[in-house]
Amino acid sequence: MQELPRVLTSLDWNVQPPYLHAPYKSTVLRSPQKPLIPLPQTLSELTGPVYGHENIRPLDNDLTKNAVVNGEPVGERIIVVGRVIDEDGRPVPNALIEVWQANACGRYIHKNDQHPAPLDPNFTGAGRVLTDANGEYRFTTIKPGAYPWRNHENAWRPAHIHFSIFGTAFISRLVTQMFFPGDPLMPLDPIYNGIPDENGRKRLISEYAHDITEPEWALGYRFNIVLNGSRMTPFETKDA
Amino acid sequence: MKHMQTPSQTVGPFFHYGLMVEQDQNVLYDEMTRGQRIHIKGQVIDGKSQPVTDAMIEIWQADAGGHHNHPSDPNQAQADPHFKGFGRVDTVHNGQFLFRTIKPGRVAYDAEADQAPHINVRVFSRGMLIHAYTRLYFSDEEEANKTDPVLNLVPADRRYTLVASREDTGELPTYCFNVVLQGEMETVFFNP
Ligand SMILES: [Fe+2]
Repeated sequence: MQELPRVLTSLDWNVQPPYLHAPYKSTVLRSPQKPLIPLPQTLSELTGPVYGHENIRPLDNDLTKNAVVNGEPVGERIIVVGRVIDEDGRPVPNALIEVWQANACGRYIHKNDQHPAPLDPNFTGAGRVLTDANGEYRFTTIKPGAYPWRNHENAWRPAHIHFSIFGTAFISRLVTQMFFPGDPLMPLDPIYNGIPDENGRKRLISEYAHDITEPEWALGYRFNIVLNGSRMTPFETKDA
Repeated sequence: MKHMQTPSQTVGPFFHYGLMVEQDQNVLYDEMTRGQRIHIKGQVIDGKSQPVTDAMIEIWQADAGGHHNHPSDPNQAQADPHFKGFGRVDTVHNGQFLFRTIKPGRVAYDAEADQAPHINVRVFSRGMLIHAYTRLYFSDEEEANKTDPVLNLVPADRRYTLVASREDTGELPTYCFNVVLQGEMETVFFNP
């Protein structure tokens, strides 16, 4: 008996940002303008790459150690944990999460980053982790700094960690950014404000997690992630 | 109760050292993979016909037999264990990209019909708050394309944006597929 793959929910455009959000200037010439064509979900959409422990190296989930050259990276050490679930609340195990971020001074190691803040020889700001059977993940890093960009006069990005997540299906993909509670730059950020729904925006702000904070070591933050879920009750044929 | 989807945010300009560290993510086969090796090349272009040099393209496709190595495929057991099906690439060099893969087989649409050979394509870039989905079809599959249930949902005068044109000037068949984010020749994007 074959259980047919679940049909999944589409992107929720009440929550997902539109392609064109003029205050974020780069969207103006990079936003598709013709209507999207509804795509039936076939096996091509309901399958996707499968990840396992062979995709992870031992220090991938510790950004304070995975690029050490001659000492510890500078900045505030933090532990980020969270759970990846679908809209129905089911955990998503073996989801590959890739993260990248600026260092404590707000500088990316990327060659195109011209911000005159110091690089950290012991920090690249890239890591990866796989969710466990309960959809949970955990990594250690340095709290990133805010950084300037050229979108408008005196524009600064709030401190953030970039997240890339592979769910089980090709259409369960998510690339997003995690922010920190209480950041005064959030209301001024046209990327964050590209999300049309206030509750949706709040989804991107991690919460301080004292249960994760380790005494005399590092502060904890929790960032839960919700991928798309089932569109309807899965169709199953029952054995008589 | 349904939980609210986590909203997307742009991949930004600095994703390369997070997502493109591993080399050869644009090569989907090894020496054991079954199927016709092909190249796919193209360029990502913005609304002013300028190359987008900080985009990332991801692809996902069936193997040469039309199967996926994934538990949701009822024929997973027949899938080629030497084919990954997934690839990604950046467009640092003048907005251009190249994939080395195999020509996919036909994937079932429903109990009766098959789809034409195709590759699922996803585009990310700075300036895109959320990725865009499209599909690549093959110009040398004219008959299959005519009856493809997805291609037939697309207005006839825009289907050409999804059909990669075959060139035989190199060692391997090469299919050209430009991604036009905006404008007259805007690529057809889907809402899956
Ligand atoms: Fe960033």
